[in-house]
Amino acid sequence: MKLKVISGICLLLAAFLYSCQSEDELEFSRYYSAGNVIYQNKCQNCHGKNGEGLSALIPPLTDSVYLKAHKDSLSCYVKYGLKGKIALANKTFEGEMPANDLAPIEIAEVLTFVTNSFGNKMGTITSQHVGDDLQKCK
Amino acid sequence: MMKKLIGAAVIILLWNACKFNEQKTLPIAGNRDVVTKTADGKTVTDTVYQTIPAFKFVNQYGDSITNKNLDGNIYVADFFFTTCPSICPVMHRNMLTVYNAFKDAADVKIISHTIDPSHDSVAVLKKYADKLGIAGNKWWLLQGKKEDTYKLAASYLVSSPQVDAKEKYIHDGYFILIDKQKRIRGQYDGTVPEQVTKLIEDIKTLKAEPDQTTAK
Repeated sequence: MKLKVISGICLLLAAFLYSCQSEDELEFSRYYSAGNVIYQNKCQNCHGKNGEGLSALIPPLTDSVYLKAHKDSLSCYVKYGLKGKIALANKTFEGEMPANDLAPIEIAEVLTFVTNSFGNKMGTITSQHVGDDLQKCK
Repeated sequence: MMKKLIGAAVIILLWNACKFNEQKTLPIAGNRDVVTKTADGKTVTDTVYQTIPAFKFVNQYGDSITNKNLDGNIYVADFFFTTCPSICPVMHRNMLTVYNAFKDAADVKIISHTIDPSHDSVAVLKKYADKLGIAGNKWWLLQGKKEDTYKLAASYLVSSPQVDAKEKYIHDGYFILIDKQKRIRGQYDGTVPEQVTKLIEDIKTLKAEPDQTTAK
């Protein structure tokens, strides 16, 4: 009897954990595929189909180290654009990225796509995270 | 029976050989006129094709460039501006493929006309060229009077650029292929990689045309 209860609880717990995990995965897929569409419409012309950028004119999105180090600023870059010198992928860039009038959820989606494509693997960047980061834009 | 088979095989082989020797040529675009003139006392009828008119611009090195500088060259032309937020980066990413494909071809050039000469000075164009990673005289970025550039756009059969509040300028993303006689031989959407692959193939075809190999 006791064994049955315990195994039942274990089973429930396992099912709970499993559903939790797949919920996260579902969220990731939703963000990622919506982000892919936004990327094609808003980013791809400049940054390229494979995030390769363009020579020393437009930075690539393949520098995982840079993206990780600037994770909390990425939302601001997307929303308000980026100007001035930046160094990544062994090059310096000094063009200007235009601002993008996107909602926090859209920024979260496109960032989830970018930071999990082109050799990057940073997991879901949630709408909540983007909202918090946008408060701190300089 | 055997003889017949061999005969058939020979015919097929010959047929294929004929097809192999058949010269592939590109069509000639634009308006054409038929003119009848008298030469050496004889009346001859000739087809006159639309050609790119004379022009004079300055390249990224500050050198004056006219249509004469392109004599004896097959060239690809496009229209862009350095601060273009929409289609230009993708066009020039694709044009770099063309540049690299014909890096060692002495008679192939690329010219990109800026449609925003007030911003795109020679210095700005030089910097753009450096950052794009192009050097030498294979690919010229040309700057000149706005009216001249816009008028020239019409002779390349592309629409005249339009001023737009958000995108600054709206313009065609076409790559135009010009032969050594300054005739238009093809137009390709410079934003579509497959079209650019076709352009590269077409340049190879054009280079092999008798008209092109004999032109100085």
